[in-house]
Amino acid sequence: MSVASTAQVQTELDVERVRADFPILAREVRGKPLVYLDNAATGQRPRAVIDAISNFLSHENSNIHRGVYYLSERATAAYEDARDKARRFLNAADSREVVFVRGTTEAINLVSCSFARSGLASGDEVVISAMEHHSNIVPWQLLCEMTGAKLRVVPMDKTGTLQLDEYEKMLGPQTRMVALVHVSNSLGTINPIKEMVAAAKAWDIPVLVDGAQAAPHQAIDVQDLGCDFYAISGHKMFGPTGIGVLYGRRELLEAMPPYQGGGEMIRSVTFERTTYAPPPAKFEAGTPHISGAIGLGAAIDYLGGLDWGAIHRHEKRLLNHAQERLGDVPGLEIIGSAKSKASVVSFVMDGIHAHDIGTIVDQEGVAIRTGHHCTQPVMDFFGVPATARASLAFYNTTQEIDALTDALIEARRVFGRW
Amino acid sequence: MVELRDLYQQVILDHNRSPRNYRELDDPDRVASGDNPLCGDKIKVYLKLDGDVIEEVSFSGSGCAISQASASLMTGAVLGKTTAEADALFQKFHAMVMGQSEAPANKKQLGKLAAFAGVRQFPARVKCANLAWHTLHAAIATESEPVTTE
Repeated sequence: MSVASTAQVQTELDVERVRADFPILAREVRGKPLVYLDNAATGQRPRAVIDAISNFLSHENSNIHRGVYYLSERATAAYEDARDKARRFLNAADSREVVFVRGTTEAINLVSCSFARSGLASGDEVVISAMEHHSNIVPWQLLCEMTGAKLRVVPMDKTGTLQLDEYEKMLGPQTRMVALVHVSNSLGTINPIKEMVAAAKAWDIPVLVDGAQAAPHQAIDVQDLGCDFYAISGHKMFGPTGIGVLYGRRELLEAMPPYQGGGEMIRSVTFERTTYAPPPAKFEAGTPHISGAIGLGAAIDYLGGLDWGAIHRHEKRLLNHAQERLGDVPGLEIIGSAKSKASVVSFVMDGIHAHDIGTIVDQEGVAIRTGHHCTQPVMDFFGVPATARASLAFYNTTQEIDALTDALIEARRVFGRW
Repeated sequence: MVELRDLYQQVILDHNRSPRNYRELDDPDRVASGDNPLCGDKIKVYLKLDGDVIEEVSFSGSGCAISQASASLMTGAVLGKTTAEADALFQKFHAMVMGQSEAPANKKQLGKLAAFAGVRQFPARVKCANLAWHTLHAAIATESEPVTTE
């Protein structure tokens, strides 16, 4: 039946077509086709993002807000339009809950400095998890050092799955903040974040979610998750570097003191007293990354034109293929085997350090990341100095995973016998 | 794969697999630690000195093949040399891996260390080759802070 087959075609991701949207994927590296498997570090940019930035800089560049001339009005409208796109992407109720920041790191620092600091004292506790990126550890450590509060860490098991019973036991009246990663960058684990937010909410504890690695793989719904803060980085979701979003519940943002002082964030200034603009302007001191925000808006539009269901099915296939093929490489051990996993595969190889693996596969045009992935406690937990990591995006193919597998076999050959 | 063979020469792979002088010294005159936080290489260099002559030298730690082999070959190269000679050798080695020296002129003086000449084609790996030497230099100078290549 032609109708049925048409429906089938519509639900599957046309990988060759989406690959054509990303100019860099057509290039060669060291005489071989680029196999880009470092998407958890940064995603590639579709033509639509590159063009949006180029068009803005070529035709509309000017500073936003306050300008009364044509270009400034256009730039302001484009910047605020990008904010509304980010609101829709996160399904926030109100665009005033969307603060543009440099990235997830700045978003978390903003919350730890502006929101959490004032309420903390000795005896209070901040809860994070064992699989946090350094950016969701260090700001809270700094805060604890400053206030005398205690940092508690939700443990994980050997598969890289958080122990929810331990988490729930940790929560109580002393818990003043919970900050959790949605998807682990080094293990790929997808945490049951809605359930974890609900457990914290039973104690009325504010929750921040680090969504940097979730946004490139799934639709986000902050209202459904019920979190108070959600942080994302533009460049991990195929937008520009230097731009990200902090979602914050409106009543919290309104009550919070400013993070940085400067232009843009004020209502009126005298030497005696300054009053602040309402959110989000209150948290956007100085001229923001205007072209970055516009580029992020274009990335969100681009993702909006794809089907998350189809992306999910394709990435699931990629993950299964990668785990199967890599699992067949002798002496290779995959680190992180949680049941619920994004398309991220960390691994170590017997007798070959991750850094050597990275150099050898690079000769075949394969780009993977090697090291601790800014998650040193995760490396310590698994007893490895570093891992190699292939992180897959929707534009990757099973053939690219085969290219990685072949390159890993070459690495064994180099280290085994020449 | 010409460049890869340049980097992972047989002598380097051999020293990675069976590093020489890989042990802690019981009563060292000098010890220094070095690390390379980005790739997780960690090394400790131990020295026993007779005056300014390196009477014993060893290392411990973990890291990639380049850093381990470099440490192993270094211990062989500086044993019996004065600390000044060891530092001078480091300068030559450094110049070689940075691609700043004429390879043939240097090769004789560097002996087996010339195996690392290929590192110059891999800028990201230069710090791996240099880590042990920086750490040795710190031990000689008895710098108390751990050295880092970052």
